[in-house]
Amino acid sequence: MATNAIAVSAPRPLSLGYYARIFRKETHYEFVKMLRTKAFSLSVLGFPVMFYLLFGSSNRHNMFARYLMPSYSCMGVVSACLFGIGMGIAMERAQGWLEVKQASPMPRFAYLTAKMISCAAFALVIVAALLTLGITLGGVTLTAGEALKLAGVVLAGSVPFTAMGLLVALLVPANAAPGVINLIYLPMSFASGFWMPVQYLPHWLKVLTPALPTYHLAQLALHIFGYSQGGSMLTHWEALAGFTLLMLGAAWIIFTRSEAKA
Amino acid sequence: MSATAVITEATQAAWPVPLSQARTVARLHSVTKRYGQTTALDKFSLELRAGEVVALLGPNGAGKTTAVRLLLGLISPNSGSVRVLGRDPRDADARTRIGAMLQVSRVPEMLRVREHIDLFRSYYPNPLPAAEVIRIAKLEGIADQMFGKLSGGQKQRVLFGLAVCGNPDLVFLDEPTVGLDIESRRALWDEIRALSAAGKTVLLTTHYLEEADMLAHRIVVINKGRLLCEGTPAEIKHRVSGRRIRCITQLDPEFLASLPSVAEVQLDREAVVILAEHPEQVVREMLLRDETLHGLEVSAAALEDAFLALTSDSPETNA
Repeated sequence: MATNAIAVSAPRPLSLGYYARIFRKETHYEFVKMLRTKAFSLSVLGFPVMFYLLFGSSNRHNMFARYLMPSYSCMGVVSACLFGIGMGIAMERAQGWLEVKQASPMPRFAYLTAKMISCAAFALVIVAALLTLGITLGGVTLTAGEALKLAGVVLAGSVPFTAMGLLVALLVPANAAPGVINLIYLPMSFASGFWMPVQYLPHWLKVLTPALPTYHLAQLALHIFGYSQGGSMLTHWEALAGFTLLMLGAAWIIFTRSEAKA
Repeated sequence: MSATAVITEATQAAWPVPLSQARTVARLHSVTKRYGQTTALDKFSLELRAGEVVALLGPNGAGKTTAVRLLLGLISPNSGSVRVLGRDPRDADARTRIGAMLQVSRVPEMLRVREHIDLFRSYYPNPLPAAEVIRIAKLEGIADQMFGKLSGGQKQRVLFGLAVCGNPDLVFLDEPTVGLDIESRRALWDEIRALSAAGKTVLLTTHYLEEADMLAHRIVVINKGRLLCEGTPAEIKHRVSGRRIRCITQLDPEFLASLPSVAEVQLDREAVVILAEHPEQVVREMLLRDETLHGLEVSAAALEDAFLALTSDSPETNA
């Protein structure tokens, strides 16, 4: 029976090329989509650049012109991930689009990875813009090694904040997401030395600072330029790794719970 | 290429076999699904056989979308079993042979139609060529537009294109024509007929009896999560073939209810609404007995009336 033969014929195992093509296209279109969504791209790219023009170039030739390059780079990657992933997923979930994707054979992992890589790409554009502004308007001198190390730290930073964005997307309703993300992101930026060195913060805030993932990211980035608080950088890497696992674990628990309820 | 050949072979092999004997490709077996206090599906069973178009017909909130989401593995049942293409639908492998058009409030608007299609094609191992998808879903001329710029009918056509771009054997269409004007609706009907002609198995949900009648080999009527009845369009229509008579008359409602073939009599402000299998006899009788009768209208029974007729005929039907 031909019909039976069909029922039995298992699908061929899908090749590596098939997965590579999905990842490539998913990432490409995710990035294009984010770039064309002006509300996202203008604010995420615009704020660090505008801040640097205001506060970096006005401190030409003193430490702030140099300090603000890595610190605003951190701000860039954190905002790109929280808004791009947190708000992006929350909205696509609320609109039913995520369900269309889930009903398709798209590997779920591709969806999140594409968003993460796209946000990291935005962060790298921000790093490039800040370094250019620093060298030209801020009168900063830096080595290629420092620039590459900063790019590396920022790329690594996209992982923990993608995990955080994912958790936000699962917890917060889409219409509340922009507000909630701003409430998380702005105080964290302030308290972690993104805008000014932590030693100038009020004492009570300094106590809280080491609990923030943004602080550890900032320390890693600032260390490249010699502005870290000192101490072992390994602690900061460990803190970020731990934070990532915490966020992913919480997201996983919430996701499986909602799956069980659905 | 070999997979495409297999699919063609399957459809050709399935055609000469009567649909009732064709192999089952998807099945809900005595499925119950609850959301908190509400029961969306109550011991509901449904079988889809290779090559047939089945319409799941029911009013809003009947459980149609829940049935589709179960078959797509997006949710799991509280009890009962779901099998699709011989597998649990939560198994991602099965999805490469399935296409779905779901009800979406918004689709990413900053991608062009062509880009959406290109991306979805990449999810499937043996997709249709992009040009073919554009032709099937009638997207010529709008392929380079941003999704956000399209009209409602055009958006639905794109979603239809995404559902078929992987050349699936089994297609789920959840209320594909809801909110469309008549012209777009008919255009989409043609596209669904073309799917059927290509031997695909299609499950379509709708709350239009007319739509189910035009497209389906078999209609499954569902309300409040329960199966009301199922059969060919002819069988279903036969059961809901009543007409609705509306007029202003002095005749007593109880007398009207006693006339031959009258299923139901309702008062609507100053008028009376009668549901009857043979309206000609009823109207003839009424006109003879009441010279003042005016404002007479006879129309096809609305789906709501049809449901009333179906449920009042025999409470526990199983065609």
